[in-house]
Amino acid sequence: MAALEEEFTLSAVPLGAGPDGLLGVEQCDKTDQFLITDGGRTVILYKVSDQKPLGSWSVKQGQVITCPAVCNFQTGEYIVVHDSKVLRLWTNEDVNLDKVFKATLSAEVYRIHSIPGTEPLVLFKEGAVRGLEALLAEPQQKIETVISDEEVIKWTKFFMVFRHPALIFITEKHGNYFAYVQKFNSSVLSKYTLLLGQEENFVIQSFTASLDRKFISLLSLSSDGCIYETLIPIHPSDPEKNQQPRVVRSLLLKTVVSGNARNALSVLDQDHVAVLGPPLPASKECLSIWNTKFQTLQVSKELPQGTSGQLWYYGEHLFMLHGKILTVIPYKCEMSSLAGALGKLKHGQDSGTQTMPHFVNWETSQGYGLESKNSEPSKRILRRRTIEPSVQPEVPASQQLLSIIKKDSEKHIEIELRKFLATKRTPDFHTVIGDIAIGLLERCKTEPSFYPRNSLMQLIQMHVLSYSLCPGLMEVALEKTDIQMLQLCLQQFPDIPEAVTCACLKMFLSDAVQDEKMEEQMGILQNGFNPEEDNCDNCDKELSKKPQKTVEETTSCPVIPKRAALLNAVLHSAYSESFLLPHLKDIPAQHITLFLQYLYFLYLKCNENATMTLPGIHPPTLNQIMDWICLLLDANFTVLVMIPEAKSLLLSLYKFVKSQICICSELNKIEVSFRELKKLNQEKNNRELYSIEVLELF
Amino acid sequence: MGEFKVHRVRFFNYVPSGIRCVAYNNQSNRLAVSRTDGTVEIYNLSANYFQEKFFPGHESRATEALCWAKGQRLFSAGLNGEIIEYDLQALDIKYSMDAFGGPIWSMAASPSGSQLLVGCEDGSVKLFQINPDKIQFERNFDRQKSRILSLSWHPSGTHIAAGSIDYISVFDIKSGSAVHKMLVDRQYMGVSKRKCIIWGVAFLSDGTVISVDSAGKVQFWDSATGTLVKTHLVANADVQSIAVSDQEDSFVVGTAEGTVFHFQLVSVTSNSSEKQWVRTKPFQHHTHDVRTVAHSPTALISGGTDTHLVIRPLMEKVEVKNYDAALRKITFPHRRLISCSKKRQLLLFQFSHHLDLWRLGSTVATGKTSGKFLVPGKHGDTLPLSKDADHLLQLKTKVSKMPACLRSAVQIMFSEDSTKLFVASNQGSLHILRLLEGSFKHLHTFQAQSGTVESMCLLAVSPDGNWLAASGTSAGVHVYSVKRLKLHCTVPAYNFPVTALAIAPKTNNLVIAHSDQQIFEYSIPDKQYTEWSRAIQKQGFHHHWLQRDTPITHIGFHPKRPAHILLHDAYMFCIIDKSLPLPNDKTLLYNPLPPTNESDVIRRRTAHAFKISKKYKPLLFMDLLDEGTLVAVERPLDDIIAQLPPPIKKKKFGT
Repeated sequence: MAALEEEFTLSAVPLGAGPDGLLGVEQCDKTDQFLITDGGRTVILYKVSDQKPLGSWSVKQGQVITCPAVCNFQTGEYIVVHDSKVLRLWTNEDVNLDKVFKATLSAEVYRIHSIPGTEPLVLFKEGAVRGLEALLAEPQQKIETVISDEEVIKWTKFFMVFRHPALIFITEKHGNYFAYVQKFNSSVLSKYTLLLGQEENFVIQSFTASLDRKFISLLSLSSDGCIYETLIPIHPSDPEKNQQPRVVRSLLLKTVVSGNARNALSVLDQDHVAVLGPPLPASKECLSIWNTKFQTLQVSKELPQGTSGQLWYYGEHLFMLHGKILTVIPYKCEMSSLAGALGKLKHGQDSGTQTMPHFVNWETSQGYGLESKNSEPSKRILRRRTIEPSVQPEVPASQQLLSIIKKDSEKHIEIELRKFLATKRTPDFHTVIGDIAIGLLERCKTEPSFYPRNSLMQLIQMHVLSYSLCPGLMEVALEKTDIQMLQLCLQQFPDIPEAVTCACLKMFLSDAVQDEKMEEQMGILQNGFNPEEDNCDNCDKELSKKPQKTVEETTSCPVIPKRAALLNAVLHSAYSESFLLPHLKDIPAQHITLFLQYLYFLYLKCNENATMTLPGIHPPTLNQIMDWICLLLDANFTVLVMIPEAKSLLLSLYKFVKSQICICSELNKIEVSFRELKKLNQEKNNRELYSIEVLELF
Repeated sequence: MGEFKVHRVRFFNYVPSGIRCVAYNNQSNRLAVSRTDGTVEIYNLSANYFQEKFFPGHESRATEALCWAKGQRLFSAGLNGEIIEYDLQALDIKYSMDAFGGPIWSMAASPSGSQLLVGCEDGSVKLFQINPDKIQFERNFDRQKSRILSLSWHPSGTHIAAGSIDYISVFDIKSGSAVHKMLVDRQYMGVSKRKCIIWGVAFLSDGTVISVDSAGKVQFWDSATGTLVKTHLVANADVQSIAVSDQEDSFVVGTAEGTVFHFQLVSVTSNSSEKQWVRTKPFQHHTHDVRTVAHSPTALISGGTDTHLVIRPLMEKVEVKNYDAALRKITFPHRRLISCSKKRQLLLFQFSHHLDLWRLGSTVATGKTSGKFLVPGKHGDTLPLSKDADHLLQLKTKVSKMPACLRSAVQIMFSEDSTKLFVASNQGSLHILRLLEGSFKHLHTFQAQSGTVESMCLLAVSPDGNWLAASGTSAGVHVYSVKRLKLHCTVPAYNFPVTALAIAPKTNNLVIAHSDQQIFEYSIPDKQYTEWSRAIQKQGFHHHWLQRDTPITHIGFHPKRPAHILLHDAYMFCIIDKSLPLPNDKTLLYNPLPPTNESDVIRRRTAHAFKISKKYKPLLFMDLLDEGTLVAVERPLDDIIAQLPPPIKKKKFGT
């Protein structure tokens, strides 16, 4: 499910944005660093996770930057164009843009494109394209004209298509739109006419494109507020033919924004687009994430101070001008499903599908160090993505990840981790996962501000971690009062020490749970947290239907559903009484009373049906409930007797147990009779010491 | 194949004694097991876990300790204060020697195998020198306050650890004085127990002493400083035994709750060289106290009050995942405890200290005819008894006046016509006695082959009384001519010990079963293997046949059908019809379902020589009484368990 996280600003001071906003936001060769080019004379390099600028460069008074600065991923240099024709190349060490390398070109530049893995490309206003190296070798070379007069480039994007660069640009002429696809492996330029369909009179406000298998999927946001999709083939079917192929656009999403303002559009992934603009003509501008597959609005964020109608998306960050301030909103999206799109995704664990951690063979796992083989695909992905030149390509993925963990930002770690986990599992997978977790925890210890919650959650959800593989994880979670993580650990780890289980219980019973209820509700739903709401809802419903025959005060659940879910996780965890008892004594009496109330409530629920079970997915069993009641009473009996609040509870518990014992003793009598019957039957068949039988051999 | 009336006997009230000690010998891959009645058994782990040797016990000899020394020499010590050495060839006690320290609780052979230590009731630790023919007392160590319950040598042989009550002492071998005395906490879960008994100690080469005690603790001590390093609380009851592997990278402990815990020395994290002892695997194969454990290179061996010997292979140490990697649970002896008089329909049961004689009952089932045969009923029917089985007598006293040659017999056997008695004595000789009214006459003695003193533990005599076959544990089977009173021939020796022998009537074919489940048929008159035996060796036995894990303990023949051989192990009996084709690995060996009414063609096509029934188990004895009657003696495990003391009750709650 897509989600927008808390926004943050990159600069407190307003950027010198022109009337058209910023020129551009471009990726840099170091992850987490971005080049921002404002509308006037300045280029600023930002480190996003630190929210601070690393460098700033300006052109001389009187000169104007005409095209956003980009980074040459091959050399690490920055490139900018000012006054349409003058190229500047510089590095981090340079201070003054005036003194850096300069090349004056013979034609006006529209954009410079640079993406990792290939040399930058220069697109001229007349539609010609040149590689940067070729251009620098001969700056004054003649630039041909590709597009016709009056045709104006509106938008452009650079892709890698099967390791070959390809450039798409859209031109407009008298309300007609044309798409050009320039491919560099074959140097073919294909031109397409965009047919707009019926609504000819609407202008296109924003374009975005993504790459499918065989098509470039071009999304356009029209002034009628609808998003249209146009599929442009990557491989033109018949380039010989002179006739211009036409591509038709189809409606993808209807009226996502009101058409009058300046709106922007960006593709996030296969199924999600981000739209910037006011949803209604009168309303404030909003950033909305739409799921195109299910045509649903996933999440929306109001931007009251207005935007410049520009939106950039890189890695997991959405950039926009909010007022005059550059704002970054982290975006993340988990696997979408129908239920998720409808907003009801429950990461429910069926008791049947819950996988326990794999059996650890100590002998074999010792042999595998981290140096063990890693599958080939993971290396390739990492090599391509990792732009740090220092990284040795031969180092196994896990080692790379460990080194990333030591110094990089949480976000980046998370991305890299996700990539790593997507690769094939090796036999030593569980130890590698354990080492990664330990690496993360070590950094947590040294850097108090570092808490890679999402990464840790991801690791836990791999079903291979156990307490002993990453000692300290739960302690850190306890320290940070991360109840959600604790719940996950309790559900997943088979070997939690009793002391830690007890510490969790203590926290779940404390006020920490109540307070966080409101603020965390959102996050809870998104992160696989599974409050047993339906469980308790059911209980309550059933209760209201039934005539109230049991004690009055126990008819409603004494704790909120969330706390109930947490307590259930504790009930499910493994323990040994003798080790648990001493720790139970440390829990405050009020909390013990509350827990006992809850257990009593569950106990009553269990007795409402013949199978002695609770409704819901993976509920605590009667035995678990009984064991815990006994444990609590054993550990705290003297204390409980002294508290007035507990007295009535104990009394009703006693009454109930007594009535149960009456039933049980009656049942015992019946059972004895039946057993005798069975014994009689058995002896007749089996227990005789001597018999003569007939046997036939076949 | 045919229908049989089966006398299904369950009144053999046999209860094996609990296992007290096991000792594993790495050199020969043999395991010595002593039981609470003083019985000592030797299992050959290489020969499919066959119990190849057996020393009967005696009421006055309760073994408390058992150990191998100087390679293949076996010693035991017990509460009568004596150290006993066993003669593994003659299957006899070589000598016994009083240690003069009261009851002996523990014994350990030095790493070099040349010295023997015993721990006595009076708190003394005594050192004996092992000489080629006997052991010799060397000296006493400093006397301790209370009995020495456990002993362990340091692998270098310079120090020993001795577990007593409430403390562990470390002795220097040279000086014989205690270097350290490590007090063990009596506290158990906050409750002070009266005493803490150190049931077992193990001394590792790095100086660590591991102790197990009655408070349920496994503790690691530093013998250099005498300090406690680490405690594992593993049980609510006593931890009674410990055994360490030769590599010292794993050890095993057994508790009174019947649980066996495996501890392994593993790295703290996957890439650090720091290692620590971790409790890795618990096994619950016993219901009662695990009195003793052993650690072979590939398996954990445990035994206790519930009488099972459990051999649990360590999966990570087993290279090939074949049938050897399976768990073995040995409950019954690998020899025959029952003999049967076919004509008189009598059964004689052998107990450790007495014999029981029973007469089988009978039925007067009105037969109904099916085809041309008179059939008493259909498969699975129980017939009404006209006369129940009778317990005739119990024999306890022994005849006092016996000739010298009969003082110790390993095996005895009557000839078919009851005129002769064949006795296999120790020292490898065989005696023939003629039985007369009320007396007997010594006829002949076959002396052992020159140079061997190996006892013959299996005998077989041909029904016509002309041939006598005898087998020891390793050398081949010798066939003697009773008429001519000389050795007729020797069946070539085979790698695996013989588990059962029998000579077929009329043909005088000797059928031999080995512990690797191979069966040979050897023609005595022709002095060669029969055609059928060659054929089955050529084709090989069915893989399911070879994977059975109990040995064949008895072989019988059909009086009317010479092609039939009856044999059984503890879980099945089989009639081999030599006239039918042999099964190959593709055919179903065991077919429990009766053929349906399909045509006889299919039946004939799928029929093979091995007719197996698994109806009776555990099966201790089975034989043909006459052509249509079988007798099967079963001993259900439940009946044995019912006679054991109750196991420790595990308390669930309570502070």
